[in-house]
Amino acid sequence: MSGVSVVLDRLRERFPGEVVSTHSNFGDDTALVRRERIVEILAFLRDDPELLFGFAMDLTGVDYLGETPRFEVVYHLYSLERKHRVRIKVRLHEDDPVIDTAVSVWPGIDWYEREAWDMYGIVFRGHPNLKRILLYEAFEGHPLRKDYPKAKRQPTIGPEE
Amino acid sequence: MAVRHEKDGSPGYALTTLESLIAWGRKYSLYPFTFATACCGIEVMGAFGTHYDLSRFGAEVVRFSPRQADVLLVAGTINYKMAPVLKRIYDQMLEPKWVISMGACACSGGFYNNYTVLQGIDKILPVDVYIPGCPPNPEGIIDAVVRIQKIIETGAPRAAERWPIK
Repeated sequence: MSGVSVVLDRLRERFPGEVVSTHSNFGDDTALVRRERIVEILAFLRDDPELLFGFAMDLTGVDYLGETPRFEVVYHLYSLERKHRVRIKVRLHEDDPVIDTAVSVWPGIDWYEREAWDMYGIVFRGHPNLKRILLYEAFEGHPLRKDYPKAKRQPTIGPEE
Repeated sequence: MAVRHEKDGSPGYALTTLESLIAWGRKYSLYPFTFATACCGIEVMGAFGTHYDLSRFGAEVVRFSPRQADVLLVAGTINYKMAPVLKRIYDQMLEPKWVISMGACACSGGFYNNYTVLQGIDKILPVDVYIPGCPPNPEGIIDAVVRIQKIIETGAPRAAERWPIK
């Protein structure tokens, strides 16, 4: 079903070597891309006059435990000018879950990246303040990873002095 | 035939011990501090309201400063991040103090068996009375207050005196 989306056509045309696969069923334009030039790709999506994805709606991680590569980062983008959406996915290996930060493209993506670090342990290289956002600093592990033990208990922290 | 006593204006007297007099006073003037974090807090409001009227038991003066409270009423889910706050509030209360753990979450974590919820506040605090239920109804709170009154009246040891449990 690929080839019917303006957004994906523009993206494939501009980054032929970076787009691994795409699909577009009932308007859910999705592109799986390589991680090396992710910031360039996202900046292109934001700035291209036909695309104008000015709004990073969401960023999240996914853990496909047992698959290689194991992790995935998903960007959900929306264009307020063009009223279209796109989903960008990047796969990351378990031993190197690192991707460049997109804060320089959309400052508002800061907290989403911190959440993905907090829950999945995905490192966003170059992030200005990459520390836990929902959990506390003494927390051990990344709880939304599929191999996080269900019955694991955390150390109870005392009143901060 | 029973002797009939008439009031003649002379002061009567009663015998008691100082301990039981103080206990009697404490029992009917419990100042609760409500640490309400979840739906149990709504039931607490119901208990203090006109229908269930906890003031019948002398426990209606809710103090939102731990320094002025006798009873810590923990109503709701306590997670690991909240635990140090709760512990500090307990530490700030003056002796003697009692703790009521209200509802499944505060007693045992409830159905939140996950990475973030403390599995019962008795991991960090000595608890005197547990109220089961999810949430318990206001009668449960009244029952807990009456049990605290019993502890005070009988001089039974408080949970804090048996803390920490070995």
